[in-house]
Amino acid sequence: MTAPAPAPPRPNPWGGLLQWLDTPAKRWIGAIAGIAIMAFLPAIFGSYATVILTNALLYVVLALGLNIVVGYAGLLDLGYAAFFAVGAYTVGILTVQFGWDFWLTLPVAIAMAMLAGVIIGTPTLRLRSDYLAIVTLGFGEIVRIGARNLEITGAATGLSGIEQPWLFGWYIRTSTDFYFVFLFLAILGIVVSVRLANSRLGRAWLYVRHDEDVAEAMGINRVRVKLAAYVIGAIFGAIGGAFFAVNLGAISPESFSFRQSVLILMAVILGGMGKIPGVVLGAFIVVLGPELLRDVGDLRLLIFAVGLLLIMLFRPSGIWPMQGGRR
Amino acid sequence: MTALLQLSGLTLSFAGNTVLDGVDFAVAGGTIASLIGPNGAGKTSLFNCITGFYKAQGGSIRFDGEEMMRRKPHQVTQAGIARTFQNVRLFRQMSVLENVMSGMHCRTKAGALAAILGLPSQRREEAEILAFSEDCLHFVGLTEDFHREATTLPYGLQRRVEIARALASKPKLLLLDEPAAGLNAGEKLELQGLIARIRDQRGISVLLIEHDMGLVMKVSERVSVLDHGVMIAEGTVKEIQSDPKVIEAYLGQEDAEVDLGL
Repeated sequence: MTAPAPAPPRPNPWGGLLQWLDTPAKRWIGAIAGIAIMAFLPAIFGSYATVILTNALLYVVLALGLNIVVGYAGLLDLGYAAFFAVGAYTVGILTVQFGWDFWLTLPVAIAMAMLAGVIIGTPTLRLRSDYLAIVTLGFGEIVRIGARNLEITGAATGLSGIEQPWLFGWYIRTSTDFYFVFLFLAILGIVVSVRLANSRLGRAWLYVRHDEDVAEAMGINRVRVKLAAYVIGAIFGAIGGAFFAVNLGAISPESFSFRQSVLILMAVILGGMGKIPGVVLGAFIVVLGPELLRDVGDLRLLIFAVGLLLIMLFRPSGIWPMQGGRR
Repeated sequence: MTALLQLSGLTLSFAGNTVLDGVDFAVAGGTIASLIGPNGAGKTSLFNCITGFYKAQGGSIRFDGEEMMRRKPHQVTQAGIARTFQNVRLFRQMSVLENVMSGMHCRTKAGALAAILGLPSQRREEAEILAFSEDCLHFVGLTEDFHREATTLPYGLQRRVEIARALASKPKLLLLDEPAAGLNAGEKLELQGLIARIRDQRGISVLLIEHDMGLVMKVSERVSVLDHGVMIAEGTVKEIQSDPKVIEAYLGQEDAEVDLGL
């Protein structure tokens, strides 16, 4: 008895590029070239574009974090912006209300996000994924409404006057400075994602996503593995949020709405869940798409939405091709 | 000889229907044992109880001196019981090698931080996982196509990959649920040799559920017969074949004689 031969890979616009990137050495060259181009962008395009690109890089970090939850572990999270908010508000509250230094607040922000991840994840990760979606949706709203009504978070007006940080005598202040900070964070996020994907834990996420029962039978503690994905995703969100807060110097509850969670999720799904180049691309599309269409005026969001629908219609598993593997 | 696996008074029922009724059953260390019985006798349910997928209402399951009753499936595997499934269940969209590597999960421990930092201990462990998984694949007779998507392999090879995956968890006892189903005569012969080698070369005890009496007769030292959730006979192949209770259990089935190899 023979099984059908594997289907030939679909032709796609990235095929040539992927074929060229077939050895580690060439991938290194590709990565260095990519970073070099990114490093020159602010000088080429000026300050307005730098702000937009910084925002895109923030979305890369957030989308990579959500990708670990949704793409690797297969858990639908509709309230990811909550972790983003936890990071931003921890930094905002500790610097503005208590006068802490930014670098001291960063570990606290990460710890708070991990704690929130464990509190939300422990009871719900035993349930099926669709229940988790509802719980995370609720969690996202609780965090936003909480921030809107508490005094310590500055209520509806939020917090302002968040001090920009110093790093070894470098005062991180201008939009170009923050561009490079976020470029560094995005690269860090990619490296961490790649390493996790090729690790014991990364494989365990895939096993659990494909067949929970068999994964259990292979000795994998599925609740623990899912919780790890959820908490690591939360850390990405908190780091993104912390630097978001110092970049803008002010935060308000509306930055962390359900719409924000959906945009991040859209970046992940658009590029291709579980595929790192796809997720990076998705983040850029979600941020740059509406900006590039700015000339169209009132119709831009409509055109953007139609474009997204067309992409999903013709490439339902994301823009990035499957044969690129999970890297 | 003390039993490696000892079930006593195991009872399982679903919504008032008794599936297993006070089953007493033992597998001695170092043996190849078979569990047979007509369709619907509760064989796979028994496997699912042992591996923690079903929670039996009463009785006890002792394995290697420890109680398994309240354990979750992953804890049972950790304790040293590995299994295959009646319908091959490989991880889709993953390579042969990645499938087998899943077995090593419970024998390794590198966490997220070790992987992110790429610690030497983590790299060493990854190399170990790779080497042992390849070793298990060679052991079941696969030498190529390790990077092919596992579910695109011919059926007979998929069964072997599943056995390799179970072996990668370094078990003391291997449960095979109808390993010969869907195999041709040549493949059955190879399976027979493989089961013997698993015990002889790796020192792993084997318990199989099987309908193919030819295979059961050739490989197993002990045979137990389950019928309507009750263990009705236990003994050597010869004893089982001449046991009137066993013959009666199979009567009324069209292929009774074929099934029993009479």
